[in-house]
This record gives sequence, C-alpha cells and structure tokens, in this order.
Amino acid sequence: MFESLDQIFITLKHWILGFLPEGWQSLVSAILSLLPILVVFPTLFAITTWLERKGLARVQNRYGPNRAGPFGWLQPAADGIKALTKEDLVPRAADKVIHFLAPVVLVIPVFLSFAVLPVGRNMVAVDMDAGLLFFFAVGAATELSVFMAGWSSRNKYALMGAMRAIAQMVSYEIPLILSSVTVVMIVGTLSPVKIVEAQSGYGGLLPDWFVFTPWGLLGFILFMISATAESNRSPFDLPEGESELVAGYFIEYSGFKFALFFLAEYLGMFAISGLGITLFLGGWNAPAAWLTWIPSWAWFFMKLVAIILVLIWVRGTVPRLRMDQLMNFAWKFMLPLVLINLLAAAIWHYMTPGIPRWLVGIALVVGPYLWLGLGLMEGKKLGARKYRFAD
Amino acid sequence: MTLPFIILSVLTIGAAVAAMTLRNLVHCALAVAAAFGGLAGLYLQLDAQFVGFAQILVYIGAVAILIVFAILLTRGGEAPEKSVFSATWLTGATVAVVVFGVLAWTIVKSLIGEREPAQTADATVKQIGDALMTKYVLPLEVVGLLLTAALIGAVIIAMRDEVKK
Repeated sequence: MFESLDQIFITLKHWILGFLPEGWQSLVSAILSLLPILVVFPTLFAITTWLERKGLARVQNRYGPNRAGPFGWLQPAADGIKALTKEDLVPRAADKVIHFLAPVVLVIPVFLSFAVLPVGRNMVAVDMDAGLLFFFAVGAATELSVFMAGWSSRNKYALMGAMRAIAQMVSYEIPLILSSVTVVMIVGTLSPVKIVEAQSGYGGLLPDWFVFTPWGLLGFILFMISATAESNRSPFDLPEGESELVAGYFIEYSGFKFALFFLAEYLGMFAISGLGITLFLGGWNAPAAWLTWIPSWAWFFMKLVAIILVLIWVRGTVPRLRMDQLMNFAWKFMLPLVLINLLAAAIWHYMTPGIPRWLVGIALVVGPYLWLGLGLMEGKKLGARKYRFAD
Repeated sequence: MTLPFIILSVLTIGAAVAAMTLRNLVHCALAVAAAFGGLAGLYLQLDAQFVGFAQILVYIGAVAILIVFAILLTRGGEAPEKSVFSATWLTGATVAVVVFGVLAWTIVKSLIGEREPAQTADATVKQIGDALMTKYVLPLEVVGLLLTAALIGAVIIAMRDEVKK
C-alpha cells in the first residue's frame, strides 16, 4: 500500500507507456518525465508568491493580499492575468534582439537544472553520472543572461544592477561549489541519486543525513548562505536594491517578460534549495525509520517548503548588506571557512567512527569559525545601536 | 554526419563568424559565448559529459563574463564608426589559410586516419577523477600552483600602492 503510494507516479507513467507502440515510447517517456517539472514548480512558484506576501506582511505587521479570494489566495492568478494583459514596453534605445532574448535565455537553464534533482525514490528526470556538474554548469549560464538584460536596456540603473548581480554571483559561486565538494568527497560520486542513497540509513538517534555531521552542518549553512546570494534574495538583494537602483537589471521589462524574470528568480531559488536538500538534508529520505510510510516525494516537497519559509523569514528580518560588506563576507569569511571545511571533511572520512572523530570534527569547524569571526570583528566597536533621529 | 552534429556545427560556425563580423563588441562577445555553447554541445554529443559541462561552466560561466567585463570597463559598448575589418585583412586571410592548409595536410597524412575509432566512450567522471588523483597528480598540482601564482600576481598588480606620508 505505502509502497504503491510512494511509486504512484512511476506506475502511472509505465501504465500510460503501455498503451503506446514501441517506436513512440522513448519520446513519450521523456515528455512524461519533463512535463511534471514544467507543471509542479511553476505551481509552487504561484503558491510561494502568495506565501511570501502573506509571510512578509505578518513580519511587518500588515495584512498582505486579502482581496482576491479568501485570504487572498487567488492573488497569484490575478497577478498572472495582470502580467499577461500589460503592454510589453521596449525602450527605444534598447538593443531589441538581446532585450527580447535575455528573459528566454534566463528561464531555459533554470528549468534545465531541475532535470537532475531527485524529487522522490526513482523520480529523477535524467539520472546523470555528472549530475552535480550539470547543475552548476547550467547555473553558470544564467549569469550571462543577467548581463544581457542589464546591458541591452540602455539604462544606467539596469547596467549597474547587472554588474552588481554578476560580481555577486561570481563571488558566491566559489563557496557554493566548494561546500558541495565536501559531500562529493565523502560519497565519491557526482550523481545526485547516489548522494541521496548514501544518506538513507538511520543510525541511532539521528538519520544519516550529512547535515548531522560537523562538516556537514557548516557546509549546509555556508551552502544556504551562498544559495541565498546566488538567487539574489534578501539580505543579498543588492542587484535589485529598491532604494538605490529602483529594480535592478530588469527595470526596463514589463508585462510577461517581467513575469519571466520573476519566475526564473523563484525557480532558481527552488532549484538551489532542492540541491541543498539533496546534498545535506537527505533528499527524499524520511527523517526517522517509522516515518517512511509517508511517500518520498512528499518528504522532498515538505523540506523544500520548509526551506522556502525560512528564506521568507530571513527576508523579513535581515537588512540588506552594503556592497563592500557583501564582498568582504564572501572572500574574507566564507572562502577560508569553506576551505577549512574541506579539510575537516577529509579528516572525518579517514578517522574511525567514535567520540574522538566527533571531537576533532567539532574543533575543526567551531575553532576556525570563532578565530575568523573574532579576527574580522577586531577593532570594530559594535555596541548598542544609537539612533540619532528616532529616539 | 548525424542531424544533431550538423545542427551543432552550423550553430558553432555561425556564431564564430558572427563574432568576427558584428559591429558591436558586446554582440561579438555574446556570439563567442554561443560558439562556446555549441562546442559544449559537440562534446556532449560525443558522450564526454565531464568535458562538456566543464566547457559550459568555465567558458560560458567565466570566460565570456570576463570578456564582457573587459569590454565594458575599457571602451564602452558603442559600435565603431569605421569598418570592422582591418586594412591588412588580405595578409591575415592568407596566413590563416596557409596555417589551416598545413595543419589539415599533416592531420590527413598522419596515422590518426588509419586508426579504428574508439568503440565505447566509457570515460566516466569517476575514471577521470581517479586518473587526475593518481597518474596525473603531479601535473595537476603544478597547474594548480601556477594558477594560484597567477591569481596572487594579478592581485598584487591591481593593488593600489601604499601612499607614503
């Protein structure tokens, strides 16, 4: 019973394929694997926009959308209709072809990156030997489209936003990839499916997820910080800092092209959070052996929604960084920590399991964190904040 | 000559030609990026996943961005007034044709043509990693050291000199 519920989508796919002649099966199989990605994640995007506006409203002591439908949950539909019916404005000075291509080139790699994420047992669109590398390769392709959008608009705010976005994405890509390399070192494969399988045991109190090891915890935190920066979300939303750049690199886009940028931004956030779940949070594995009756795909999406909620919470709480703070944080704090974390993971791999391994692992993670953090804080007097005007 | 190969070749060569002939430098840089993408597609078509993805990650993700930044920081994205072809294009074309001819002649004459094509492309990422970490570990380390030295050198050159008071 539980087994069949877990595999219900696989069974459904094979059932449909059974009706088709031999020659069509491979093509229809590919379409049936990709179609859910094109349906499920944009739906999740619609839900997330509503959740985010409601959540931010709660943080900021407002109501949020409450007109379209009960509790405003029809708001995404209203937004979608509005985006579709708006006039598509293109500035006269803009580079028309590139201005048109930029949102398209941005959306394609973002959708591609979902292809290698295992969202459930046997549920991965393309089981690739180098899946992790594929994910980062298509992620790198989005940087160029951000530049295309910013440059082709012929608008100084757009260009500045694009430059900021690229500088930020290039800087945070290094800690992002290096923190994933720890997992690759321990598991010995680049395949996301095998990485999830390596975390499927339940030893003692906690499941065998990598986040429950010293290097994995640090790796997960660093990964999520870099992921937030990669997807240009607050507190790293300098490329679209409203008070400075109005909207950043997509300032000259309206109507559905703007909606495509919005979609790509959120889908990128889902993809990278999904990769964080795959690498550190056990993928589709249940957190305890007695909870395995809940289908694996449900666990993946529960974890994904939990991460999205945390990101909304962070967005409502943390103020935006300054450009120099952003760069200093990436190069002076995160990069050394990530490199030391590689060493911690290697030592963890070669020590025999037991208390000493945990002590060494914790020392290798907490020590550098304190040392670096205190070193960078040296000479800065951070007392209670004084407000000159608000008192 | 399969259909994907023809499509990818046309894309790569077309983008490369566009990169040389377009007037606007930023357009040229984007065309170069498209040519890199076509090359990556050719690698993937040959079942070389690692090389293909590394090509996208390094060339589209880093080199193309670097080119674009260099253009914007040095001369702006404005199209030049005069022709994009240099005055000595005839000489350049002759040299290019001669070099291509010599290379093509050498390749056709060499023993590669008589060799049987490799039947199975089974170089998985794991095998490449194993080879890099065992047989080729010294070249890898040397390249790593060289790149680190280049990185530090670039930072030192870019660093502002301390103002002496």
